[in-house]
Amino acid sequence: MSTAMTSTSKVPAEAAGGSLRFYGVWLIGIIVLIVLPMIFSSGGLLTSFSLIGIAIVFALSYNILLGQTGLLSFGHAVHYGLGGFAACHMMNAVVSHGWPIPLPFIPLFGGIGGLVFAMIIGWVMTKRAGTVFAMISLGIGELVASSSLILRSVFGGESGITTDRTALPKLLGWSFGPQLQVYYLIAFWLVLSAIAMYALTRTPLGRISNAVRDNPERVQFIGYDPHVVRYIAYCFAGFFAGVAGGLTAINFEIANSALLGAIQSGLVLFSTFIGGTAFFFGPILGAILVTYLQLGLTNLTTAWQLYFGIIFIGIVMYAPGGIAGLLMMHRPLIRAGTLWTVIPSYFVAIVPTIALACGVILAIETVARFSGGDAINLFGIAFNPTSPVTWIAAAVLVVGGAFVARLTWRRIAEAWDRAATVARDRGYLA
Amino acid sequence: MTAAIEVRAVEKRFGNVGIIRDLNLSVARGERHAIIGPNGAGKSTTFNLISGHIAPTSGEVKLNGDLISGLRPFEINRRGLSRSFQVTNVFARMTVWENVRCAVLWATGHRYAFWKNVDSLPEVRERTAQILDDIHLTHRRDVPAGLLTYAEQRELEIGITIASGATVVMLDEPTAGMSNAETERAVALIRRLTEGKTLVIVEHDMSVVFGLADRISVLVYGHIIASGTPEEIRRDPKVKEAYLGEEAH
Ligand SMILES: Nc1ncnc2c1ncn2[C@@H]1O[C@H](COP(=O)(O)OP(=O)(O)OP(=O)(O)O)[C@@H](O)[C@H]1O
Ligand SMILES: [Mg+2]
Repeated sequence: MSTAMTSTSKVPAEAAGGSLRFYGVWLIGIIVLIVLPMIFSSGGLLTSFSLIGIAIVFALSYNILLGQTGLLSFGHAVHYGLGGFAACHMMNAVVSHGWPIPLPFIPLFGGIGGLVFAMIIGWVMTKRAGTVFAMISLGIGELVASSSLILRSVFGGESGITTDRTALPKLLGWSFGPQLQVYYLIAFWLVLSAIAMYALTRTPLGRISNAVRDNPERVQFIGYDPHVVRYIAYCFAGFFAGVAGGLTAINFEIANSALLGAIQSGLVLFSTFIGGTAFFFGPILGAILVTYLQLGLTNLTTAWQLYFGIIFIGIVMYAPGGIAGLLMMHRPLIRAGTLWTVIPSYFVAIVPTIALACGVILAIETVARFSGGDAINLFGIAFNPTSPVTWIAAAVLVVGGAFVARLTWRRIAEAWDRAATVARDRGYLA
Repeated sequence: MTAAIEVRAVEKRFGNVGIIRDLNLSVARGERHAIIGPNGAGKSTTFNLISGHIAPTSGEVKLNGDLISGLRPFEINRRGLSRSFQVTNVFARMTVWENVRCAVLWATGHRYAFWKNVDSLPEVRERTAQILDDIHLTHRRDVPAGLLTYAEQRELEIGITIASGATVVMLDEPTAGMSNAETERAVALIRRLTEGKTLVIVEHDMSVVFGLADRISVLVYGHIIASGTPEEIRRDPKVKEAYLGEEAH
């Protein structure tokens, strides 16, 4: 009797602790979004934060497909771009008709734009998963991108559709002229969308999507049509991509064919995968990192896409769980208290790994700048790309760095194996 | 009373090869029916034909009197027929709990709902907990299905199959690859969980078959050569000749 009493009283207590932590994480996220522009208030940073916020919504919408339903799309930007166009047209219509719709409601129309197109093309697209779906998504992406240049009345041709966000009715005195106000509008929609998309993972549909991802055949024998599951998931992904597109339209006051092209589709796949598809927060990390790198690297080097490619290949080959996967690997070790046995090997690996990275950067930049002859500035040291000294330095760093780094990586693997074995013995699943 | 399962004159060809030939099978409601036969006889193919995994080339299959041949697997499942697989077929990256819960969702009427929190559906939670308890996997509820031992995966396979509460349950070699002790446990489990239901089971272990089944059908080269009570099957000369051999004594 007494054991029954204690065991029943323990369960709600644990659940309450868990939900406290859960709401705490969300609350911290919201607070960070609110205070961020108070700490970093320069215009450039505000623009960066705004872009990152949009990229997060977009990447989370993509993960409804990739991570949760197992659909690899090469054309997700179609919904993003169409959401952007829908938002621009709506803004212009609001202004010309004098409708009483203030700017913060516009992303909803972006979402509807993305959703409607998803509802139209989704049924055929999601009939099959796997390669068939991937190929069709690529085709649809190309189709829509090229149509956007042909159908001028809707897409405005090369120049796109422009709009003026400040011409819409004011809300609580906010004109949304200043970037700060736009940032808060984006942050608001980011929170709203993230909560909605997280909630979606916890619904019957969300769980069945996971089942479809894992084993579409078996799903049919527990009463579900995987095609319908994929279709509904696709529609949700289209809606939230459209919301992100609407935010972009507000931010730039323009929508053009670049929004729905293959480059955007590639970037969102890239962000989501780098961040990690197996955890809800993975795409958030990926979107932050990729947008940040994109903004930073484009100013530093012409070869920035090459670095993206290298990072992507590295993640695919060595950390298919992405950044989130790497982080979450440590959870059982933390719980089992064996993490400290691994940390020293990380520190040992830092120096040779950085040396290797510098060697690779030097080699790439040498090739990229050889004909132009611009100096390479690496951590304040200037290298001349036409000088043999630079070539030798790059070669030494790459070869030597790789050699030593591999040894240190092996040490990490060994330390990791020992720690994980102990954790498993103590009952913490890796 | 109409039969739970009625297979009439079903043929199945893969290309030019006739794998199932003039298959006739009738399983009464509440009956435990075993299908036995040598490897490659077409037992799993028969399961696939009845459960809608593949469509018959000709002939018809009825479930509780309704024609189901040509329907999709999920449509047949929604009419109350559930099957397991010979090769474990679970949701590998999801936990044991999630596996069973997914199998409970349709039957409890939640379908494609995206406006309900799956964790706060009391009847789903209770039923899932009950199934986990039944298949002795409560202590493994948070383990990804892909990390279970082989025997545990087989038990989960049974759990997913019965979770919807289907009245007709088909199990394809549920004890294959299990040790004697595991087999005994699994058989007790199957006996208990299919109480009052119609069971069709494919099984190679003759002691299991003769201990469990009310009726037995013998499938050889895609054709049922005999169907009857265990006693009748034991005595049937065709069966002795074609399949049981010396084992019959
Ligand atoms: N999709 C298919 N295409 C072609 N041939 C098939 C297909 N499925 C099954 N077969 C063939 O049909 C025959 C019967 O296979 P089935 O799996 O039904 O046998 P079984 O009685 O279940 O055997 P076992 O006891 O080994 O499980 C086999 O010869 C098999 O190769
Ligand atoms: Mg078989």
